Amino acid sequence: MMFPIESLSDERRTLGLGVAVVVGIAFGFVLERSGFGRAQKLVGQFYGTDMTVFKVMFTAIVTAALGATILGAVGVLDLRAVSFNYPTYLWPMIAGGLMLGIGFVISGYCPGTSLVATASGKVDGLATVLGVVVGGLAYAELLPYLGTFNDSGKKGGLFLYDVLHLPPVAVAAAVGVLAVLAFKGAAKIEQMVNTRAQQPMDSNEA
Amino acid sequence: MGPSRLEGTGVENPMKRDPARFWNPYAGGIALGLVLLVTYLLMGKGLGASGASFRVGVAVTNAIAPLHVARTPGLAAVTAEGNPLDDWLVFEVVGVLIGGFLAAMTSGRLGRETLRGPTFGTAPRLALGFGGGLLMGAAAKMARGCTSGQALSGGALLSVGSWAFMLSVFAGGYAFAYVVRRQWR
Repeated sequence: MMFPIESLSDERRTLGLGVAVVVGIAFGFVLERSGFGRAQKLVGQFYGTDMTVFKVMFTAIVTAALGATILGAVGVLDLRAVSFNYPTYLWPMIAGGLMLGIGFVISGYCPGTSLVATASGKVDGLATVLGVVVGGLAYAELLPYLGTFNDSGKKGGLFLYDVLHLPPVAVAAAVGVLAVLAFKGAAKIEQMVNTRAQQPMDSNEA
Repeated sequence: MGPSRLEGTGVENPMKRDPARFWNPYAGGIALGLVLLVTYLLMGKGLGASGASFRVGVAVTNAIAPLHVARTPGLAAVTAEGNPLDDWLVFEVVGVLIGGFLAAMTSGRLGRETLRGPTFGTAPRLALGFGGGLLMGAAAKMARGCTSGQALSGGALLSVGSWAFMLSVFAGGYAFAYVVRRQWR
């Protein structure tokens, strides 16, 4: 196991923080160039007019999943050590997901893309960032009143390959096959929605 | 909302700045996946966003009302580790801002504007931005991550909770899209 490089989070932490900035620059650059700094491009996903979010996100997931599971299988990456950071709390994750999806379609951004929008001068992106900051603080204030909900459905580290009793690489490959099929479906939906939209009211761009 | 990419005639000049032109989504996805993979390899964890926004909020609150932060467990947990801003995720988000700025500048998309439909006002659009952000800030704390830190980073590690979260995000978005459609008209 050569990776992850634990010293970057430990005795060489300063170097790790430098790595964080570099990785962040790449992350922000890719998001912006994929169109994720523009609200219309993002919410097009929820109106069926533009499936870019779905395509980018699932391609990224399949790429990283295949990479991580293959490197784990050949003993280069300690997959469990990385995965340990992603424990499952089923109920707050489902409720939080629904809530975040509603917030996404209302604001036009998700928390990460609102930062990219802000960096490119979008005032609505900045309004969203401020909302995310206040919303997080509000949740911390409300936490004592939520009882055990916040930790409900606690499963620890639970992964699709545990549930399916398959090697991690096989599950990553299966997700890849499903993604390719879904991309074909997404392209078809886009085409249907956009040809229908063009008939009554000319093209309203974005 | 910017010139249509259909307006260009003849062969497209690849060096021309065209605000309406984006990367091919699959190429963008592969690039994003590789950035995520490198982050796993180097740092032993994935990317994130909402956690950094939260830490900025805690830092501001701590400067104004340190006693209140100390009394609130959800906030005190962050300050107990030291300065809330001295964290990997905060540095990563500084990078995200730089990267987003550079990408927007070099693609002709940099500029102060409020994105909205042609018949929708600026003020209500900003209110929806803030309101949606409010929901997402709370939701990301509840779910222990947002679209970046949970759906993308945990999803690529095939975490069951991350996948439940991701499917719920799409479900919530589709369920509520009709209600707020007018802001884009």
